[in-house]
Amino acid sequence: MTAPARALAAAPRRRRRQDRAGYLFLLPWFGGLLFMIVPFFASLYLAFTEYDLLTPPRWAGLDNFREMLGDALLHQSLKVTFIYTLVSVPLSLAVALGVAIVLDRGVRGLAVYRSVYYLPSLLGGSVAIVMLWRYLFGYDGIVNDALAWFGITGPAWTTDPDYALSTLILLHVWTFGAPMVIFLAGLRQIPAMYYEASAMDGASKWRQFRSITLPLLSPIIFFNLVQSLIASFQTFTQGYVLSNGSGGPADSTLFYNLYLYQKGFAEFDMGYASSMAWLLLMIIAGFTAINFLTARFWVFYDN
Amino acid sequence: MTLTETRTPPAAIDPAAAPPVRRRPRFIRYVLLSGGGIVMMYPLLWMISSSVKPSNSVFTDESLWPAVFDFGNYARGWTALSAPFEVYLANSLIIVTLSIVGNLLSCSLAAYAFARLRFAGRKLFFALMLGTMMLPGHVLVVPQYVMFDKLGWLNTYYPLLVPHFLATNGFYIFLMVQFMRSLPQELDDAARIDGCGPFRTFWKVIMPLCLPAFATTAIFTFISVWNEFFSPLLYLTDPELYTVPLAVRQFMDSEGQSMWGEMFAMSFVSLAPVIGFFIAGQKYLVKGIATTGLR
Repeated sequence: MTAPARALAAAPRRRRRQDRAGYLFLLPWFGGLLFMIVPFFASLYLAFTEYDLLTPPRWAGLDNFREMLGDALLHQSLKVTFIYTLVSVPLSLAVALGVAIVLDRGVRGLAVYRSVYYLPSLLGGSVAIVMLWRYLFGYDGIVNDALAWFGITGPAWTTDPDYALSTLILLHVWTFGAPMVIFLAGLRQIPAMYYEASAMDGASKWRQFRSITLPLLSPIIFFNLVQSLIASFQTFTQGYVLSNGSGGPADSTLFYNLYLYQKGFAEFDMGYASSMAWLLLMIIAGFTAINFLTARFWVFYDN
Repeated sequence: MTLTETRTPPAAIDPAAAPPVRRRPRFIRYVLLSGGGIVMMYPLLWMISSSVKPSNSVFTDESLWPAVFDFGNYARGWTALSAPFEVYLANSLIIVTLSIVGNLLSCSLAAYAFARLRFAGRKLFFALMLGTMMLPGHVLVVPQYVMFDKLGWLNTYYPLLVPHFLATNGFYIFLMVQFMRSLPQELDDAARIDGCGPFRTFWKVIMPLCLPAFATTAIFTFISVWNEFFSPLLYLTDPELYTVPLAVRQFMDSEGQSMWGEMFAMSFVSLAPVIGFFIAGQKYLVKGIATTGLR
């Protein structure tokens, strides 16, 4: 065998050895993939069954989905989750973008401001902070004390069904620091000469924001929007802790996943919980798809 | 999407030539930023202040500086629950430490394969990995619970730990892939010429260079696992096994006994490690979320 021929014969062997090394490195990840894919399809199956964990699942066809049509609590939980998501996600992203732009204009002590604004986003999902929120917004909490200075008598925020959800929306806005840091990093990527050149041409600040900042930042806005929507639809801890597990007052903080938890793990109606999980998955997938489909109209990629 | 904090400096401008009218808006900017900062920090400061106020004055003494100090809240809060608080701290610490070890090991192995090795199906698996990053976890909860029940793992730490050893968090893999791709390919080539197989190359050459990415992963794992509420709530029923968030939540059940001072004291104890990690690891955190959008 000549040397090149030998090299040719060795090539597939080497490729096979490379393949094997790759798969070996991925071994834990393959395990993890199974750990996600099997439950993924199992929950699709369970969605069409009646299952209480004690007796084997019984095929129920579309019964669960039919039951969902008439389930007033389910509708309430959808309403709560939609209001929460559609108000708090745009609001917190707008605040994040606004503060990032101000910080990007070059302020002294940037690192300090960034830390102060960012820290709450690490704490916002913790039990201690949601409990704290209950008392900040309590009838004699500091929020009402502050309102009283302005002569406003605040409501009993957390026990009034009209206001309880808004305290959690404010909690979400309080955690705007994480998207803010992402926006800040994105703003740093925009070359300063764009602003200088447009300023020379007499562009106003607003015009610069609309014609330079927004388009060049749009991929990052898009990324933040997709991530925040997915996370927000799955909110659980905030509702659970604020209402001590009930979703109250008057189901005003009954988030979708909180109701799913009650159905699946308090009533052990696991078939119904699975069909609920799939409905939410469809909703999230729908919103994500809309995001991706509309992206080409407003997300601007440089290359 | 890798973003670095570089910006071409604006052309040098003579500071004296800047019009003086600019000064006022800049002053307003600082007032707004500082005011915003105070609003952002106020809840935390109020919590700390309330943790050293006597329980009966938490809602009557409005000032941040307590009129009367009561440090006994910490001692009483520590022992107010069914187990002393160090039990919960130890439980959380065990879970967090093992989760960090699991994430670092399993995610770095997967990341190395994706970033540096060539094998059939690599692109497909990478796409799958990115897909799992967007998969909402709630869809998997019911079957995973059933599976852990059948394995007899309810009321143990396995359901909380095993996923971390199986590289189920795509964000960390993605973060490490981004980092490893930025290392020069010549490193691997040189190691191969010196007779290193892929495992030796990974362990001796790539791993030591990835310490910044590992630090980011470790800090994010610490914070997210430390705060995690849903999984412990689902899988742990024995109060002796409770993590810190489950323990702190118990104060809400004893609401009628007006233990507010004690509750805020233990709330602060539960947040202190996160705040500490934040202060120590800020550099890695900021870089990490700028790279992957983690939060």
